[in-house]
Amino acid sequence: MLEINGQTFNSRLLLGTGKYANLDIQNEAVEVSGSEILTFAVRRMDIHNPNDQNFLEALNLEKVSLLPNTSGAKTAKDAVRIAKLARASGICDMIKVEIIGCTKTLLPDPMETLKATEELVKEGFTVLPYTSDDVVLARRLEEAGAHAVMPGASPIGSGQGILNPTNLFHIIDQANVPIIVDAGIGSPADAALAMELGADAVLLNTAVSSAVDPVKMAKAMKLAIEAGRLGYEAGRIPRRTATASSPTENISI
Amino acid sequence: MRILINGNHIDIPEQVETVEQLSAHLQIANPHMIVEHNGDILTKSAHSTAKLADGDKVEMVQFVGGG
Repeated sequence: MLEINGQTFNSRLLLGTGKYANLDIQNEAVEVSGSEILTFAVRRMDIHNPNDQNFLEALNLEKVSLLPNTSGAKTAKDAVRIAKLARASGICDMIKVEIIGCTKTLLPDPMETLKATEELVKEGFTVLPYTSDDVVLARRLEEAGAHAVMPGASPIGSGQGILNPTNLFHIIDQANVPIIVDAGIGSPADAALAMELGADAVLLNTAVSSAVDPVKMAKAMKLAIEAGRLGYEAGRIPRRTATASSPTENISI
Repeated sequence: MRILINGNHIDIPEQVETVEQLSAHLQIANPHMIVEHNGDILTKSAHSTAKLADGDKVEMVQFVGGG
């Protein structure tokens, strides 16, 4: 079970809701993925077309928890405002702190992320900061009261997979809150590796929404995350030189 | 009166007096719309009491797909 600030979840896959070809594919992917936490963004309405079909309409909000992000924020102040807007909807109190500090790489601003995390914890939110894979920063975020820490595997939407498994391992090893590997996952193998390293969960979006068959990929990710977790719990063998699997005695030759 | 809504100046009839009436005037049906009025984020229950005046700044936001 994944536990975030006292709330428990059976699924260890958090799924983003961006960039699906249409809402039917998105909803089917959500269903098949088994995900119980969905991310989304807060944006201005088009007041001239206010009733365009909205992605929340077709979702069963009883079955999923909503994790709005603060995307678009460049500062802690922006992020806190977006978080408060999201909470005013009355349907969520979790927030993914996402403060981009570099428009080219989409990597997060560590200082503003830490500041926003401190502020939002004080405001009573369940706070999940998206951060770079820095061991000390992850610890600082936990000390600031983050309810989970979400280091990136590689830049958002890049599909490059886990660029620094050593850093991720140390982040996971030192953490006392859930570590959710967020961003950059490209394939089921990447997601399984994150779980085998001991991550508590994986958050991904583009790997599913932009796959050739998003629904099939949603299922593949679900299975990969389950397999990776089982592998982690089972404990892999160490890497070593050859050891025979069959008996080396009584060979009939 | 003229109100700045999501960065655009919009002329609103004088009989539209509250944020709730503004939503109705704009024919917004989204139950999860969130409103910020002159910098104050409104709870749902405050939409009917938030009085509009000429020159007010209103942000109307919603949830959209994102990662």
